[in-house]
Parts: sequence; structure tokens; C-alpha cells
Amino acid sequence: MKLLVIEDDREAAAYVVKGLSESGYVVDLAHEGRDGLFMASSGNYDALIVDRMLPNMDGLAVIAALRSADIRTPVLILSALGAVDDRVKGLRAGGDDYLVKPFAFAELLARVEALLRRGSGGPATTKLKVGELEMDLLARNVHRGTREIELLPREFRLLEFLMRHAGQVVTRTMLLENVWDYHFDPQTNVIDVHVSRLRQKIDKGFERPLLHTVRGAGYRLDAG
Amino acid sequence: MGRFLNTNAFRLAAVYFALFATSVLALLAFIYFSTAGFIERQTEATIDAEIRGLAEQYQEHGLAGLIEIIEQRVNAAHHTRNNIDDTLYLITDPLLHPLAGNLEKWPSAGERGNGWIGFPVEEKRGGTTETEDARASVIVLPGNFHLLVGRDLHEARIFRERITHTLGWAALITLALGIAGGFFMTRNMLHKVDAVNRTSAHIIHGDLTQRVPVTGSGDEFDQLAQNLNVMLDQVERLMLGMRQVTDNIAHDLRTPLARLRSRLEVTLIEKPDAARYAEALRDTIAEADNLLGTFNALLSIAEAEAGSRRAGAEVVDLAEIARNVAELYEPVADEQGLALKLDIADSVLVRGDRHLLSQAIANLLDNALKYTPAGYVALTVGSADGLARAEVADSGPGVPADRREAVFDRFVRLEGSRSTPGNGLGLSLVRAVAKLHDGAVWLEDNEPGGDFPGLKVVLQLPLAPANASAADRGAARVAPALAAPTLVAETARDFGEA
Repeated sequence: MKLLVIEDDREAAAYVVKGLSESGYVVDLAHEGRDGLFMASSGNYDALIVDRMLPNMDGLAVIAALRSADIRTPVLILSALGAVDDRVKGLRAGGDDYLVKPFAFAELLARVEALLRRGSGGPATTKLKVGELEMDLLARNVHRGTREIELLPREFRLLEFLMRHAGQVVTRTMLLENVWDYHFDPQTNVIDVHVSRLRQKIDKGFERPLLHTVRGAGYRLDAG
Repeated sequence: MGRFLNTNAFRLAAVYFALFATSVLALLAFIYFSTAGFIERQTEATIDAEIRGLAEQYQEHGLAGLIEIIEQRVNAAHHTRNNIDDTLYLITDPLLHPLAGNLEKWPSAGERGNGWIGFPVEEKRGGTTETEDARASVIVLPGNFHLLVGRDLHEARIFRERITHTLGWAALITLALGIAGGFFMTRNMLHKVDAVNRTSAHIIHGDLTQRVPVTGSGDEFDQLAQNLNVMLDQVERLMLGMRQVTDNIAHDLRTPLARLRSRLEVTLIEKPDAARYAEALRDTIAEADNLLGTFNALLSIAEAEAGSRRAGAEVVDLAEIARNVAELYEPVADEQGLALKLDIADSVLVRGDRHLLSQAIANLLDNALKYTPAGYVALTVGSADGLARAEVADSGPGVPADRREAVFDRFVRLEGSRSTPGNGLGLSLVRAVAKLHDGAVWLEDNEPGGDFPGLKVVLQLPLAPANASAADRGAARVAPALAAPTLVAETARDFGEA
């Protein structure tokens, strides 16, 4: 998997590149917008990580230029501007995800993995399966083995998100953004409580747990 | 003085003075011409009447009769008028030799048109002889006798001089009064403006406690002073608020920063093993995350206060927002053994920002759950009298009446709550959001008079206008029926995988 990081702050760039390299990615780095656009135009990358404020060419302009050239590489925008309006502007310019600085590296990694998975695409599914856990998106029911699991609508969405990102780390912020569409920090550990409730329903009474807590990062739904 | 000449007030006074002087002079000129001219016309009319009368006498009594009358009149004038010959008579033969009258010879003066002539006469007054202008009318009688009746203009001249004199003084006095009045008015105005300027100068130099003096007259200057003072009050309040916030930020951000710094330093000094290092680093990151949380909360408040998100651009359903937030916190209440009682109307439409309103209600629920040791937390959303109302009530210890405003200030946390996690910014944000939506938020006793009064936080917002809400309410009512397919669509959109 090959990634391109476009970031002008050398220290921040080094931090991102180092972390991603250690996680097994091949990472290229551009320090300013125009170089970044030039490199990204080759289409050789699986995902782009673009800082919003760049010298010579603004990050959003880079993304817009790529999109107008019909290059669909998924883009994660990094920005110090975190208001909902800024986020909306970034996503409208063609970004696929938006991460506000400063961030935990685990958060960045989880989002990059989610982006890469999204990029691989595939036909619209009606059934999700992780190990013996099955979700029918049309009938809106969930089974683990032979046992039917009753879920509230929100728990259903939570589990759906986890199943779609099975094997990946999913952070609390990602859950809050994608399942609840909230972009604020609820202070209390509300997400943990929701996840532990879900865990009660899908793991209780089974020998092998599916829903794991990843320390310092978030959660992972994994059959292995 | 130069400064005085340079002022707007002086210029204004000068313009008004010029206008005033011009009108006074025009008025006086009119008076002069109408009075002095009147005397002249009067004189001519009298002469005219007299000469006509004499001409008639001539026709009736002949030359002898006329001469007799003229002599009578001359003598009468001599006796009655202090020996001054006001009226001049002269009748001559065709060769202009005087026959009778008080002029010694026919005057050698030019015609002045219409039978009027002007000439100088010599007059004896109290021993001296003066030359005076005279005016006379002349007619030629049958037989080519010339008759002259005239009047010396001594009195007219005196009268004219008196008028000129009087009017001159009147003009002078008026103009002097005008100048003095203008000067005092200007000075008075300058004085008032000066008071404002002096106060401003003090304030510019940093003394924000200064206020513009109000005279109590209620005039425009007083109103200006009052408005300025209200503005200054507000500025002072803001400055004070800002100073307080800065102090609080200094305290609440500096304390954890200091802790963070000393922890790193101590770790370095101790030279611990790798495991301790890792632990210290993890603690440091956690501390940094806390700091970021506080920082983000401050930013959210600043953003809400600046109103940059243009609340009111769209109609949102406060009831739905509340239901979603309640759903987020329901498991938390459950875990803490608290009952979360919900009483939420079907639909309460307000103009606003969904994210900010969600966060405000989340903060209220978060607070209630955090500070209620046992019992319940109740979320009520409804509308009445054109106002939307969201209430979060709890059975906790409540907030003393004298602290109910203070808790909305940034970083203010009540005694006894310092041990619980939180940054003291939650209610500040709620208030900022309420203000942004033209609403209000306040605290009440939940169960007044009880041993445990509890706390009720009331968030009140204006309802969306009726015409907008009618259409939207229909949509909102349909929404539950469509819930299932909508959810699928949303899910697909959110995950972007469909």
C-alpha cells in the first residue's frame, strides 16, 4: 500500500511518515502543494494525506484539481481548523475524511485504514459477516451462529459500522462521527458505555469474544 | 484662540453670524428707505398742494391778491416758526424780477424735472448763516408770472441724520450682541464637547473607570454622554470578562501544563526503567489530551459567541435533537443507576444549528449525570407561548441560589465538584449557544422547598416562524413511518460503501 503525505510542517510530516512506515505502508512526502499535486497526479497512490494549509497551493485546491482531473484516490484532510463549517468545506472540496490537528496517531492510522478499505469498493452488500456473526441489512436482523441478537436501531448502526470495518481499529471519535454524526467531545465516556452494551449482546455466552478493546486507540471487531 | 478658530462650533457660529448680520442690515436698510423717503414724498406733496392753492388764488383774485396772500404767509411763518423760513415763496414778473416772497432773487438752479428744482439757500440761524439745500416747485401763471413754492430741506436732513444715526447704532448693537452670543454659545458647546474629549483621553490612557459627565438637562449632549457611558460600561464589562477569562485560562491551562512539565522533569531525574518511561509518557499524553479538550471547548464557545455558524439558517427539530442526545446518554445513566426520564414532545421546531444545539443538550445531560449521586435525571422538551423549552432536571444536590449565575462563567466550578472530571466550560457553552439562538438559559430548583432541591436547567429558544414550521412539521410527522428505509439510506451514505 502506497501513501502520499502532503504536509509543509517538517516535524509533523516526519511524525506521520514514521508512524505510517512502521505500520507497513510505503510513504512518499511532499512539502508543498504544487509538488504534491504533481506527484498525486500520477495516480500511483492508494490514499493521500493532505494538510489543508500549504505553501504555493492550498490543500483544498490540490484536492479540487485532482478531482477535476478524475483522479479518485481517497483523501484524508488534516487541518487545524476544526469547526463543522471547515469540515463541510473540506469534504465538499473532494476530501473523503477530515482529521483535526492535533490528533493521536492511532486516530490517523484507523482513518487511513478505513479510507483504504473504502477505496477498494465492491458491489453494494446486503449481508455482512464476521466470523459466525451475520448481519442482514435488508431484514435488519443479526445472528451469531444460530442465536438471533436483538438490537436497538442505534446498536444496529454501531455494529454495522464495526462490521464494515472488521479487523480494523475504529476510534471513539470515528464512532461518534459516523454512527451519531456528532462532532464534539462528549466528555464522559459515552461511547465506551455503548460499546460495552453491544459487547454484552454479541459476546456474552460465547467462548470467543469478537469485539476487542484496543488500548489507547479504540475498538476492533475481529473473528481471528 | 487658534484652536477656537479651528473648531467646528466656531465655523458654525460664524456662518450663522454672517446670515444674522446680513438680515439685520437688510432690515435696517428697508426701514431707512421707507422712513426717509416718506419725509421727502410728504414734503413734495405739501409743496404741490400749496402751489396749486396759490394758483387758484391767482385766478380768483389776480396778481395783487396772490401777492397779498404770499406776504401774509411769509409774515405768518416769521411769527410762528422761530423766525425760520421753512417754506419758500417767490413770485416774479416775466423777467424773473421778484414781486413778493421770502427769496431775494430767482434761484439759479437747474430743472430737476416735472417742474421741480433744487437750489441752495442761505439761512440765518442764531446769528450764523448756513447754506441749506432747498427744493421747490415752479409754475408759470397766465401773464407769464412765475410762481415758486419750496421748502428748505433742513428738517428733512436733520431727520435723515437722526435715522441714519439711530439705525447705525442699532446695527452696531445687534452685531455686537450677535458676536457675543455666538461666542458664548460656541464656548458653551465646546465646553460640553471638551468634557467628552477629556474623558476619552483618560480612557485612551487606560483609565476605563472614567465616565462622561451628564448634566441632567436631557439635551442632545446629555444623550450623547449617556450613550457613551452605556457603551463604556459594556466595554468595561467585556474587558473585565476578558481579564477574568485570561486569568482563568492562565490558571486552568497553566496548572496542567506545569504538572505535565514537572512530571517529565521528574521522570528524567529519576532515570527509571523502560516500563516507567512508557507509563510517564502515557500519562503525559493523557494530560495533553485533557488540555486539548479544554482548548477545544474554549474554541467552541468562542465560535458560538461569535455566531459564525449563522444559527437560524435552517429549521431544526429540537425534540429530535433531544431524543438523539438522550439516546446517546441513556446507557450512561443506566450504568450509574440513575433513571433517565424523558418527556419529549413530537416536534418542536426552532431555527438553529443542529450541532451546537446537540452539544448544548449533551452538556446539560452530561452535567446532570455527573453531579447526581442517586435518583433520576429528567429531560423535558416542549413548547408554549411561541417559545421552545428544553429542561434538564435532576435529584442532585442543586446549586445555591447565589451561585446560579456564576456557574455560567467560564472555568467556574463549584466547591466539591473539583474532584469530578470536567473543565468548567460546559454551561458557558450552553449559554453561548442560547444567546446565539436569541434564547436564554437559567437554573432553578427542581423541587423547591424539598430537602434535596435538585437542579433544573431551563434552555429557552424562540420557536421557528409558523409558516416555516407548518410545512416542516408535516415532514417531521411523516418521518417516523419512513424511519426504516431512511436509516438504510443514511447508513449507506455514512459509510460510503454502497
